[in-house]
Amino acid sequence: MAAPRAYLHLVAPLWNGGTRGIRGMSSAVAPEGNQSKWGKLLQFLADRFYDVEALREYLFQKQVSKIHQKNRSFTYIKERYGPYVAGAYFILKQGGAVKFQGKEWIRSSGRGHYSLEFLNFQATPVEAVDASGCAINYQGLDNLLALKELQSLQLQRCPHVDDWCLSRLYQLADSLQELSLAGCPRISERGLACLHHLQKLRRLDISDLPAVSSPGLTRILVEEMLPNCEVLGAEWTEGLKLGPEKQSRGTASPIPA
Amino acid sequence: MLRGALRFRAKPGLLGRGLNTRKGGSTLDWAGKVPEIKKKIQSFLPGGDWNPLYDTSHLPPERTDVVIVGGGVLGLSVAYWLKRLEKQRGAIQVLVVERDHTYSRASTGLSVGGIRQQFSLPENIQLSLFSVDFLRNINDYLAVVDNPPLDLQFNPSGYLLLASEKSAAMMENNVKVQRQEGAKVCLMSPEQLQNKFPWINTEGVALASYGLEGEGWFDPWCLLQGLQRKIQSMGVVFCRGEVTRFVSSSSHMETMSGEEVTLKRIHEVHVKMDHSLEYQPVECAIVINAAGAWSGQIAELAGIGRGPPGTLQGTKLPVEPRKRYVYLWHCPQGPGLETPLVADSSGAYFRREGLGNNYLGGCSPTEEEEPDPGNLEVDHDFFQDKVWPHLAQRVPAFENLKVRSAWAGYYDYNTFDQNGVVGPHPLVVNMYFATGFSGHGLQQAPAVGRAVAELVLEGHFQTINLSSFLFSRFYLGEKVKEHNIF
Repeated sequence: MAAPRAYLHLVAPLWNGGTRGIRGMSSAVAPEGNQSKWGKLLQFLADRFYDVEALREYLFQKQVSKIHQKNRSFTYIKERYGPYVAGAYFILKQGGAVKFQGKEWIRSSGRGHYSLEFLNFQATPVEAVDASGCAINYQGLDNLLALKELQSLQLQRCPHVDDWCLSRLYQLADSLQELSLAGCPRISERGLACLHHLQKLRRLDISDLPAVSSPGLTRILVEEMLPNCEVLGAEWTEGLKLGPEKQSRGTASPIPA
Repeated sequence: MLRGALRFRAKPGLLGRGLNTRKGGSTLDWAGKVPEIKKKIQSFLPGGDWNPLYDTSHLPPERTDVVIVGGGVLGLSVAYWLKRLEKQRGAIQVLVVERDHTYSRASTGLSVGGIRQQFSLPENIQLSLFSVDFLRNINDYLAVVDNPPLDLQFNPSGYLLLASEKSAAMMENNVKVQRQEGAKVCLMSPEQLQNKFPWINTEGVALASYGLEGEGWFDPWCLLQGLQRKIQSMGVVFCRGEVTRFVSSSSHMETMSGEEVTLKRIHEVHVKMDHSLEYQPVECAIVINAAGAWSGQIAELAGIGRGPPGTLQGTKLPVEPRKRYVYLWHCPQGPGLETPLVADSSGAYFRREGLGNNYLGGCSPTEEEEPDPGNLEVDHDFFQDKVWPHLAQRVPAFENLKVRSAWAGYYDYNTFDQNGVVGPHPLVVNMYFATGFSGHGLQQAPAVGRAVAELVLEGHFQTINLSSFLFSRFYLGEKVKEHNIF
């Protein structure tokens, strides 16, 4: 074990760093050039002291378990109130919005408050879910997949929705008509390939997906895969290189069809 | 001052690698000199491995608890689970011996990388289910602080198995077993198949089973590198060398009926270094045979199979290398993005590779056509004669295709029943097997690694019961046949 006195000194400044410090301690590090002095110091210390390494691993595990906690399944609510209310509760707790058939959108306010009137809508199916920016992951999707009459699903900018989650969406194939995946950092073209089960899909938004390698080609292939669906985003000109005579004019204008 | 230098030795195994090799690019330049000095001081103090005649730093340690022969995905998986399931930090010392650090002939890197739950044996289905779970949460299992998360490039497109008239009943049975174990598989009739995948020619297809979730293909190199990185951070020692000899001791015991049995225990493993005659005898408690296609040779070194045929001493490990070809072709009008890994009833299979209408595939040859496993040369005529006709018959678009490249790899083929061998040998009591998976080792590696680690640490299987995969079935003649092998 390394010198215990060194460990005690390290704990104080780390906690003073606040959330930024904790996130810096436990998150994946940027490539070498972008690493700040803080990151380099942490790396140096973690390589030499067991305590720092253990602390960092502990904080990382805590982050991971926080997400798991947010995505737990609410079995009691499901049994008592039914799957629609359980799904709605899950979404509202994460900070999203839900719309029951024939009713208005229920959103949670900025501070996490929402009205509990939906507890009465036990037999009303949920029609649309807006989970933009929520920390939904593979486990949490269980709650959404129970909503068998879901027509519209917005998963914009969800940081933990990845290809594995998309492979589960086939369970909503009978009802889903609108799906938005814009801005999800973990979705790639491999996950988009599983969307072919959703034959009733009419609108699909795949704009701004950083992990997709060739957005234009992906959009063409997705359009071929889902002929009745309107695919938005990922213009086919993205990723194409301009010819030599156009380069001097700048890259802003798209190539005419 | 020397005591201070000793306390500064941060982690075991670090000396062999140097403080700088843990993270790329360190903060201080002179930190390169300091570990050298510390190593020198360390080595001539009592307990160090200083040899006044020559430098032994490239040799493996002189003693260790577990030696894992073979550094492919199965061997690394066993190492990972041994370190993860140990009761105390640093309780088990593990050494992984791999003779080819480029993995040029290892089955892991040359694999097509598919994972499926569509097996006929419940054990195989459970192994695959856990492995898919492992791959999905790979960044929780194999996370190393300060390293980027792993991207397995998993394609969740599923497997589509096609059955002709005579195998349709067996496929239905298999799907029932798969559903019971929790796999998400659906059966499709030829009409449904034609609707879903219009590019298939359903002539001759009586039934199809399609995996909806948890099946697909991924990048095996990424898994291998992730495992390597994680187990190095957990303190497993890697050695680049070849196992040439086992030194063991025997003891004679009597069974209940008075027969004499000779039990062997391996005490030392001789590890020979690359390109030299130098070897290091490593004292060990347990040896794990995860040598893949060459497990048969390692077993022979340990004396398994040396005895009159028909007895337990004379039962060899029936794992031998079998060469399989994989071809990559381009077909401009081929099936689209939704293509699963299609396995035809004739044995030919293919899957998409990337976005550019490239496809990978092959076919397992029949027993008579087995190519010579002496080298990894590709036979292109095999594609023309045996693979292409079946592909073109099943997918008419494949009638015009152009082969871009091809490679060959080994299956660690279990000639007895094409299923893995897991567990200790009944006579050589401290050699454990984790091999013989005949083409589906990669997809079951995480779960098999856990099973072997449980056997070594606890003495029995705790999560998945693989008692039917023990070595004794070769002597008793109990075949555990898996019907869905291609």
